[in-house]
Amino acid sequence: MKIELNGTPRQITATTVADALVELGWADARVATALNGDFLPATARATQPLQDGDRLEVLAPMQGG
Amino acid sequence: MRDFYGVTLDSPLMLGTAQYPSPAVMQQAFAASGASVATVSLRRESGQGQAFGQIVRDLGIHILPNTAGCHNAREAITTARMAREIFETNWIKLEVIGHADTLQPDPFGLLEAAETLAADGFEVFPYTTEDQVLAQRLIDAGCRVLMPWGAPIGSGMGLNNRYGLRTLREAFPDIPMVIDAGIGLPSHAADALEMGFDAVLLNSAVAQAGDPVAMARAFGLAVQAGALAAGADPMGVRDMGAPSTPLIGKAWL
Repeated sequence: MKIELNGTPRQITATTVADALVELGWADARVATALNGDFLPATARATQPLQDGDRLEVLAPMQGG
Repeated sequence: MRDFYGVTLDSPLMLGTAQYPSPAVMQQAFAASGASVATVSLRRESGQGQAFGQIVRDLGIHILPNTAGCHNAREAITTARMAREIFETNWIKLEVIGHADTLQPDPFGLLEAAETLAADGFEVFPYTTEDQVLAQRLIDAGCRVLMPWGAPIGSGMGLNNRYGLRTLREAFPDIPMVIDAGIGLPSHAADALEMGFDAVLLNSAVAQAGDPVAMARAFGLAVQAGALAAGADPMGVRDMGAPSTPLIGKAWL
């Protein structure tokens, strides 16, 4: 299916957010996720299904003031 | 001494982690400054976030994540929740920007986000103006710290509205306050501490200096001097001169 990952269209085979993170190479990364604009806690990723057109944001620590 | 949600800081200096020439210079600047809090943000993972996260944790000081760049309450609330999970802290520097040029906070979005986040267990550090009415509303919403701006973010102008800031400080004597934004020189930081503010938060003034490590040390010394002076009960200001050397015993010549 095709989702929007961090603002870019992306084809994936995973059907949950947790599996998508594994597929995208972030299995062990410290990241925070939001699905369609809402925070998605790490504990909810395994049971959160992904649907065509979903907007997934995967964020990490960055420099800030 | 006023604390920050139960935390007493070793140094009244909060330092940002952005804009340094290199991660090594950033680490040296933090060490030289003695800062007790590091501010960080969250951005789309592009491959550098993991290493940077480790560098920040290795600083060994308190981490204050921000919601920089958010322009409405919803964005800020979602960002805050993501930050809480990734940095494992209830602290959030709440920024809801209302104007692209001045980077002035949007008071309405700020209050809306503060109400939601405080009710959700966050310990909110709202980036606000010197507006006293807004300050009271933020306190009513559950904020136990205020972060009034000195001047627009990144401007380096110092304390733009000393009257407004002094009035704000006097109006809420029990609320810890951090001057956030606009600090350009160590003298501005000392000024803020001398006026009774509890800490300063700055980034560009150190990171954009020609020698960030030396400037970081200068700020570390300035906040120490300012805090010491504030605790020493500064003398009052007067319009006319008053001789400090005694007149008694002066010779008739």
